[in-house]
Amino acid sequence: MKNEILIRYQRCLGCRSCELACAAAHSKAGSITGAVLAGEKPAHRIFVTQSGDRKVPLNCRHCEDAPCIDACITGAMHREQSGAVANEGGPGRCTGCWMCVMVCPYGVIRSDLIQRRAVKCDRACLDESGTPACVRSCPTGALVFAPVEEISDDRRKEFLIASID
Amino acid sequence: MKSKDPAVNRLIDVALDRGVETVWDRLAAQQPQCGFGELGVCCRNCAQGPCRISPFGDGPQRGVCGADAHTIVARNLVRAIAAGCAAHSGHAKHLAHALHKGLDGKAAAYGVKDETKLRALAARLGLDTEKTTADLTRKLLDTALAQFAEGEEPMAWATAVMTEGRVRKLAELGVLPTGIENTVADMMHRTHLGVDADPVNLLLGGIACSVADMAGSHMATDLADIMFGTPAPVFSEANLGVMKENMVNIALHGHNPVVSDVLVQVARDMEDQAREIGAQGINLLGVCCTGNEVLMRHGIPSITHSISQEMPLLTGALDAMVVDYQCVYPSLAGVAQCSGTPLITTMDMAKIPGATHVGVREEEAREKAREIVTMALEAYQRRLGRPVNIPRHKSKVVAGFSVEAVVRALAAVDAEDPLKPLIDNIISGNIQGVVLMAGCNNAKVPQDQNFLTIARELAARDVLLLATGCGAGAYARHGMLTPEAVGEFAGPGLKAVLTAVGEAAGLGGPLPLILHLGSCVDNSRAVDLAVAVANRLGVDVDKLPVAASAPEFKTEKAVAIGTYAMALGMPVHLGVVPPVLGSAQVTSLLTAGVKDLLGGYFIVETDPVESARLIFEALQERRQGLELPTRAW
Repeated sequence: MKNEILIRYQRCLGCRSCELACAAAHSKAGSITGAVLAGEKPAHRIFVTQSGDRKVPLNCRHCEDAPCIDACITGAMHREQSGAVANEGGPGRCTGCWMCVMVCPYGVIRSDLIQRRAVKCDRACLDESGTPACVRSCPTGALVFAPVEEISDDRRKEFLIASID
Repeated sequence: MKSKDPAVNRLIDVALDRGVETVWDRLAAQQPQCGFGELGVCCRNCAQGPCRISPFGDGPQRGVCGADAHTIVARNLVRAIAAGCAAHSGHAKHLAHALHKGLDGKAAAYGVKDETKLRALAARLGLDTEKTTADLTRKLLDTALAQFAEGEEPMAWATAVMTEGRVRKLAELGVLPTGIENTVADMMHRTHLGVDADPVNLLLGGIACSVADMAGSHMATDLADIMFGTPAPVFSEANLGVMKENMVNIALHGHNPVVSDVLVQVARDMEDQAREIGAQGINLLGVCCTGNEVLMRHGIPSITHSISQEMPLLTGALDAMVVDYQCVYPSLAGVAQCSGTPLITTMDMAKIPGATHVGVREEEAREKAREIVTMALEAYQRRLGRPVNIPRHKSKVVAGFSVEAVVRALAAVDAEDPLKPLIDNIISGNIQGVVLMAGCNNAKVPQDQNFLTIARELAARDVLLLATGCGAGAYARHGMLTPEAVGEFAGPGLKAVLTAVGEAAGLGGPLPLILHLGSCVDNSRAVDLAVAVANRLGVDVDKLPVAASAPEFKTEKAVAIGTYAMALGMPVHLGVVPPVLGSAQVTSLLTAGVKDLLGGYFIVETDPVESARLIFEALQERRQGLELPTRAW
């Protein structure tokens, strides 16, 4: 998995467009208006949270050594070929024991109490260019879908420019 | 911390225990709030949108139509002013219609109570006063209703209440409105897709609309005084402790005295019916500005204000909440359902799902008021035996400071020239300046915190404080509208002046630390005082050491008031950041550029101590301009 959903939190304005787009992408209708008109209540899997003065969007980091996969007793939580960690389409079926919710250090797995299943970012929202819905919807570029190296390169350059000035 | 008011905090705990949602829960659930909206750069004015301008260089810099951040911020701001103007002016028009029906013999509840005010106002507006009361009232009402339509000339209700210099200045800028409703409609037109895109021109339009708002507010004050009496100093109490378990507690909430004043009259006649059902009587209580109206004229205690309006229902001891319009949260219906209290809406244009609607038409105001009190009596009987939870907290209040009352108090010191004692003390520095504390509470600020801190800081530095609206309510609940507060908080100069005037006026002690001028339309009273002092000194308001502060504002009405205070030449402090930061041009115009044009400007600061310092510095700058002795912070 080359690209990751990376967060430039200084740019987040808390508009929650990513939450809406995420939920819509995971609806049957596939669009915000379609889902609203059909009375669907799709759950978003990215969470914009206020932390002090900052507004931060956070979703699954798709950990290399994913505690949620280790904790899953049914085999529902699994790694796909793309590298994404998903709770649907795996060898087992989610029973809603919430072990994954409890072990996730980021708190980005939510519980669907009605269908009794854990819900999380599964990257099942990519468009033709392979970009996730949340990234596509972000109007300020706070969410970026890029290789991690690109972010660290940029960060190094920013730091050095600021230090030299 | 959600509130500085201990009574409110106690009932917040009750809400928590009982799982009742309050304004603070909903604010938390709204976090984070959208930064585009916070910056004012979201436009929903056409169906090609919603458009958002990125505050960062690499996002979209223009909406679909090409409007940039400056246009969008300015358009959003002036639309807020138009809404505020529509609200205050609608309130005034409602009073005019009620009085009109009263004169025509169609609405017995309404007539002229204060003929002196009627005649003084008619003279001020240049009407021929050699008429019978009925004829003069009719003439005044014709003039009042004519203010709403587009006139040939700048509207009289605006020009008659400003200094001549200000009328000239606003005329030069082309911002003297010719009528209220055409000006509001003009703002809606100009902010429609593809009309006015120039932020400076839009702001000038907003200033014209704010002047119309001032005229509408002034008319609301004037007509209410004529119909229900001009306030005079009155002693009462404030905060949730004014509820009485063994009485029929009826809260009056909203803004317009057109219903509440009649309810006050009718409730007095129905005391016996309350006693017949075993209650000790009827206990009327005020919330928000309706509360201020009935406090100022009838001494009805104020129970709570603004963001804590849900709290009286949580005591379990409220027998009806009667609302008219403006700042009435729709959430009240849910809380009322939990407590079993009737929530009664009275205005056909302001209904709330879940409330009981008793439309009060002016023609049958008394009958409807009786019907409402009867509903409260029934609710009282239903709640007997159920536990109540009334906080003990309450404070003494001295209110009722209309301009007429202030001048009367000052005349006790100098009957020939009533303003002289005030002016002499401003010149000597016993009073460093006069600051109007106005506006709402806002759930984003711990309730009352900014009001209390700024007042303490300024009073200690000899600044005379006036208060209106929910600001006055905050001071009422915290015991700062009392002579006792003078000893506790006033600097030596201010203390000496308040004591001298209070004693001369026969109050047996000082005036209260802060003078309660009334509701939010009654900011017009502060305008009158400032204009009177300016005229007496032969300068314009933009030279006087006066300022206004809305340290916890939230409403569009507050935006309109702040803008007209600025247009009249006052520094205006805002303690909550308004949604304009998305445009550096608009922000800089409002906080700096406009000062060269009008003398007034906005000071935006959220820290209350720093706010007080900036307000004090603004007063000192004015003192220096008048070559009066100045002081360091």
